[in-house]
Amino acid sequence: MLQKFMRKHDTTDIVMWLIGLGILVAVLYGSYVTLFVTQKYEPGVWLDFTIFGLAQGSVYALIALGYTLVYGILFMINFAHGEVFTGGVFTAYFVAIAMEKSGFIERHWVLALLILMAVAMTVSVLVAVVLERIAYRPLRGAPRLVPLITAIGASFFLQYTYRGIYGSGVKTYPDFPALDGKLNLLGREWPILTVQALVIVVAALMMVFLYWYVQKTKAGKAMRAVAEDKEAAALMGIDVDRVIVNTFALGGAMAGVAGILYALLFKQVNAFMGFIPGIKAFTAAVLGGIGNVPGAMLGGLFLGIVESLGPSLILDGLGIPSPYQLKDAIAFTLLVLVLIFRPTGILGERLSEKKA
Amino acid sequence: MAETKSEFILETVNVTKQFGGLTAVKDLSIQVPQKSIYSVIGPNGAGKTTFFNCITGFYKVTEGDIILDGESIVGLRPDIIVKKGISRTYQNIRLFQNLTALENVMVGHHPRMKAGWFGAVFNTPGTRREEAETRKLAMDLLEFVGLKGYEYELATNLPYGQQRRLEIARALASEPKLLLLDEPTAGMNPSETEEMTEFIDNLRKELGITVLLIEHDMRVVMTISDIITVLDYGQKIAEGKPEEVRANPRVIEAYLGRGAATQHEAQAA
Amino acid sequence: MDKELKFTWSDILKYGAIAGVVAIYVILVGMVEAFNERYIISETVNLGQIALFAPVFLLGYFAANTARQIKSAGFAILASALVGLVGGAFVAALLFLGTHVNLREVFLNVSPELLGILHLGQEAMMGAIVVNLIVGAVVGFFGGLFALAPHKWSNALLVGLSIVLLMGVMQELMSITFGNKDWYKPIGKFIYAQKGLSWGGAILFLVLGVGYSLWRSSGKFRPAARVAKMPTKQRLSISLAAWALGLLILLALPRFLGSYPSEILTTVGIYIIMGLGLNIVVGFAGLLDLGYVAFFAIGAYTVGILTSTGKLATVGWSFWMALPVAVFLAMLAGVILGIPVLKMRGDYLAIVTLGFGEIIRVVVLSDWLKPFIGGAQGILQIPKPQIGEFVFKKPEQMYYIVLAGILLVGYVAWRLRDARVGRAWKALREDEDVAEAMGIHLVSTKLMAFATGAAFAGLAGAIFAAKLGSIFPHSFNLIVSINVLSLIIVGGIGSLPGVVVGALILVGLPELLREFADFRMLFYGALLVAMMLVKPEGFVPEKTHARELSEKEPLAPGIEPETPARETI
Ligand SMILES: Nc1ncnc2c1ncn2[C@@H]1O[C@H](COP(=O)(O)OP(=O)(O)O)[C@@H](O)[C@H]1O
Ligand SMILES: [Mg+2]
Repeated sequence: MLQKFMRKHDTTDIVMWLIGLGILVAVLYGSYVTLFVTQKYEPGVWLDFTIFGLAQGSVYALIALGYTLVYGILFMINFAHGEVFTGGVFTAYFVAIAMEKSGFIERHWVLALLILMAVAMTVSVLVAVVLERIAYRPLRGAPRLVPLITAIGASFFLQYTYRGIYGSGVKTYPDFPALDGKLNLLGREWPILTVQALVIVVAALMMVFLYWYVQKTKAGKAMRAVAEDKEAAALMGIDVDRVIVNTFALGGAMAGVAGILYALLFKQVNAFMGFIPGIKAFTAAVLGGIGNVPGAMLGGLFLGIVESLGPSLILDGLGIPSPYQLKDAIAFTLLVLVLIFRPTGILGERLSEKKA
Repeated sequence: MAETKSEFILETVNVTKQFGGLTAVKDLSIQVPQKSIYSVIGPNGAGKTTFFNCITGFYKVTEGDIILDGESIVGLRPDIIVKKGISRTYQNIRLFQNLTALENVMVGHHPRMKAGWFGAVFNTPGTRREEAETRKLAMDLLEFVGLKGYEYELATNLPYGQQRRLEIARALASEPKLLLLDEPTAGMNPSETEEMTEFIDNLRKELGITVLLIEHDMRVVMTISDIITVLDYGQKIAEGKPEEVRANPRVIEAYLGRGAATQHEAQAA
Repeated sequence: MDKELKFTWSDILKYGAIAGVVAIYVILVGMVEAFNERYIISETVNLGQIALFAPVFLLGYFAANTARQIKSAGFAILASALVGLVGGAFVAALLFLGTHVNLREVFLNVSPELLGILHLGQEAMMGAIVVNLIVGAVVGFFGGLFALAPHKWSNALLVGLSIVLLMGVMQELMSITFGNKDWYKPIGKFIYAQKGLSWGGAILFLVLGVGYSLWRSSGKFRPAARVAKMPTKQRLSISLAAWALGLLILLALPRFLGSYPSEILTTVGIYIIMGLGLNIVVGFAGLLDLGYVAFFAIGAYTVGILTSTGKLATVGWSFWMALPVAVFLAMLAGVILGIPVLKMRGDYLAIVTLGFGEIIRVVVLSDWLKPFIGGAQGILQIPKPQIGEFVFKKPEQMYYIVLAGILLVGYVAWRLRDARVGRAWKALREDEDVAEAMGIHLVSTKLMAFATGAAFAGLAGAIFAAKLGSIFPHSFNLIVSINVLSLIIVGGIGSLPGVVVGALILVGLPELLREFADFRMLFYGALLVAMMLVKPEGFVPEKTHARELSEKEPLAPGIEPETPARETI
């Protein structure tokens, strides 16, 4: 009996199960203590946390789409995608400041927001496309680690380029007065900040657009064909290089929008801001099943919520002081756990349906 | 080599392998006699490679048993199975490209070696002896397969035919009782094919090991095989001596009838 | 896309535009201004100018290289000069724009000082624009000349110019190191001017470099070939003597160099130890570990906690007692972190190890563990290592501990590389499935690589803690992992001498150039990309084992002996 079991499973499997079990127990115990023993938080707080989590999760989801699209087609982790995101918001910052000074934001905030998004999208798309052209295209077909190392190099190169050009300080985005306070709609106040509502709605719209684009448009179908089988797609007359550029551009556009939403939520930008959200968005993509578009969205939202609830719900209950300092650790732990226990993600892998 | 325990070195009992809905190998039972050359043939996609992957533990079989010298090896990890005495080559050569020919063969001897971390660092006499013996063995094997003088070439720099033979040398280095060769003549021209065929025949004569051979080219196996099993769509459709198989109408129909087309595909790929 | 070779006027514009854009990038990112005070030659040529016009030179070179394959040499030279002209025009345009529009709101570096530099010594705007165009064209022209010159000469010139550059950059170091030595004073006076090399010095080094390179390429300088021809016994004693001499030099180095250079060398040395460790993980076993710094941190913190005499003092051990514990704990951490991640595919492994590194950093910084490891305030008062009465206080003394560490770790790596374990690692790097089919137990083999690498990092961390006397979490961020990765890639992945060369270039050189600090990661990033694109095997590639092995046994007949050491620099 035992022998048969050991034949199927390595000792390392067992160690991993034990680790998983330990974490599960810690999560349950921590939540239990917080909710039923210490009862430090008022019930309404959990709703606020969840909504905040949704808002930040939608930003992760948008960034995650960039990882997923590229991975679906090239099977490579575009490690520099976080910097594609930074490029857009950081550049748009200067436009935002100019618009604030001239009072434009106050007068036409919707238009101002659209302009910012357009600027951020343009820059992010540009960064993504140039990156593909210079750093990744010559390496197609190289061993897997080669483009990954290139991407890591590109990531640092871009971070320090932003720092060199725009400066190393933290910059604060201007306020959108129209977005202050709770959401007032249909004659009543909702338990959600206007900014958060806007972020969630815009992100949702972008995701719907992307889903439609990938599923219904000709360019999207070409993308899926290339994801399925590059050679076959090329034989059918699809310009593979073009599709790949399109994919990077699409991911860049999503990252650009995500950048502005991030700026609305958190206000502050700097040269290195993309790194952590980048890794988290990658986590989100893996959570949902990398290469899987709806999965990336779901993964982003899930991660956002876990990260928002986790510190107070779990860590506080475990008696850890200043749990919010550890919120990044929660995201990364989640990443590690997913990759250990379900590397194909919640919804399974691939932009295409076929398996390798 | 261990004492032989049974008449058959390898027996598979109703081995079945499914990939999702696709049954690549179905209820396949074969019995490979000691010191024979046993061939599995069949058109492309018949499930031959999959069958090999099941035997070597690379795939987990869906059902069935695999018995090596009287001992069930089903479900064991590949690295254990090679220790038990089965080693293999690959249809699409899979050498360690950036290692030298010598290193490739020395890696092949890995399961028969003992030296560990400390032995290596402290360069103990045991390790030194083992290392020297392995080198000697590898050199001899390289000579045996006709690669003398190429010991220090990177595998990737060797011509195709030599890569094939290097792969066989690497497989032999693990001192197998049973050698699995997956289409060793794939991509070869007729004269190379003939040379390889002779070489395989020699393997048994000089080293006394059993060979389980995959081919989709029927002509190759007719001259050297003791027994041939024909697969089609994962199932055994015939088994017997070469002349019996050759005469079997089902084989001619299923294999040759479709074979011409699929062989074409294989060449195009 | 057609692969047909073409070179037309529009290509000239394209090359020129690339040169211009890169030059503008160099300006905007701040290099020109930052390097402007670093004079290479006698208050005339500075590093800022070199950075500014290097793109023009390079693109001129590329243009001529492409053009001459289709067109005449004259056209090629003309093309490169025109490329330079276009590049210069971009710079001039930026100068013009920057003078009339306030770019500084966005582009931090477009300061009045920078614009002053771009004037290239001219007062008037018109004059400055003209000079920019002329200098651009001239530099482009030289780039073209360089492309057309016989390979032997361009190579020699490159060596000469590199030596001039290096000596120029080393001015400060030289005067710190040898400034008060009697024998150096006249030499220094001749070589160096107030800022940068003197013209005499510059010419001397140029001639030396060119001469040396020409001599080598003439084929008369072939010690390796000569040694290879000797009988085995003689060869052995020569290599023994070479080793002994090398060791002697290494031992004498700190006495000779003094404090500051020894300090740099210990820093380089710590990176060498880490590099040798990561080289096992990435180079041998092919596992891209981006969380490598975590083990370095564990080594450092273990020594910190066990030996500190400050606020966080615990047992107050000596360095030597804490050292094995540090190495052991790092190794243990390698195994523990290794178990869950080693079944993942390569690229996931990279991200997860990075995640682990970040988790450790976040946790170390948090209030949670602050009572034990000091949070952001770190651990202070870590005593220096001591043997009897002798305290390793000064950098010249720490140097020996680092050297011992390198020798130890280098020896272990070297032994493992050619042993059964090392072969298993390399097999695994090449093809995991096949390696398993060859009887290699994947998990334990990978764990061994992980643990060995981690142990090396632990050792490096322990020495690091003792060297600094205090440790803070910010010394252990991802950048360290990236630095180590960069240096093994630049040196040549899997290559042991490559680690040393990589560390000297990537860790040693920047220490000489303080202005460089701000651009260090920028360069590393660019270097990683460039290496992967152009030279993925690194500058000192892992040799096939032909030579080491063939030293022990005569070559088989029918095969030519290996060509002696490569002739390129
Ligand atoms: N890993 C796999 N996943 C899914 N299907 C597979 C896999 N390996 C093989 N197959 C399928 O199994 C069938 C048999 O393939 P194979 O054993 O390679 O045939 P042969 O070696 O006889 O040419 C084919 O239809 C192939 O597509
Ligand atoms: Mg096959």
